[in-house]
Amino acid sequence: MNSLAALLVGLIFGTGLIISGMVNPAKVQNFLDVFGHWDPSLAFVMIGAIAVTLPGYKVLKNRQKPLFDVSFSWPTRTDLDGRLIGGAAIFGIGWGLGGLCPGPALTVLSAGGLGIILFVAAMLVGVIVARNL
Amino acid sequence: MQTEFTPLLSFFGGAVIGLAAVLLMATNGKIAGVSGIIAQLLPPGWNKIDFPPALAFVIGLILAIPLYQWFTGNLPETTMVAEHWLLPVAGLITGFGAALGNGCTSGHGVCGISRLSARSLVATGTFMVTAFITVYLLRHVIGGTA
Repeated sequence: MNSLAALLVGLIFGTGLIISGMVNPAKVQNFLDVFGHWDPSLAFVMIGAIAVTLPGYKVLKNRQKPLFDVSFSWPTRTDLDGRLIGGAAIFGIGWGLGGLCPGPALTVLSAGGLGIILFVAAMLVGVIVARNL
Repeated sequence: MQTEFTPLLSFFGGAVIGLAAVLLMATNGKIAGVSGIIAQLLPPGWNKIDFPPALAFVIGLILAIPLYQWFTGNLPETTMVAEHWLLPVAGLITGFGAALGNGCTSGHGVCGISRLSARSLVATGTFMVTAFITVYLLRHVIGGTA
């Protein structure tokens, strides 16, 4: 059941990325280009996502357990360390260069093209390297 | 290249992303952070319990465009902005940074901010700033790609 739920959620998530325009690196990079062809659309993606997730999480926080698992895996860390800030800073550079964050990168794989395959393959290597540090 | 300002579609798409995040927590009890889910498919993070749903989630992401095309008859715009030589460099940096910082736009930007997590607020602020600076340098200092 966990995997079936995850498959459907992945599909819904990807559909949201498509509708919102997050799968278009040109649009993402234009959002980040305040002094050029600025397209503020992606701010609305963030607002829309939080407008649903924040109240949704609030409801779930009062529940004992999820439907298909024994407990909720809410993150517990609260420390602000160098890995968090350094990692986020590095991630932002990559996001700016390619206009792709990990979710859209995987979604765009099925649209084909050598470029996205190169991006995703390198991204997976980057994850492995960071997690082994 | 100019792209059209789409506040309503983007808000609606964002709400669909939010729905997915809430559903993943309601069903499997998991944060919908894509870089975290990817890390569960790769060494050293992989394990027997998390691997199958993580793989299923990624397959769902990959099937979204074919399904969208089947329903609407259109392919979404996916215009690459980086040259072929730069894409693997960008991918490596993106994956490395997201895994080191324990999250990306989905895990920190959507799920973390919705939990009002200080870590995620700081991470999101940080990657937004470096992304803005990177695109500024790329397009207005080095120039050429815009």
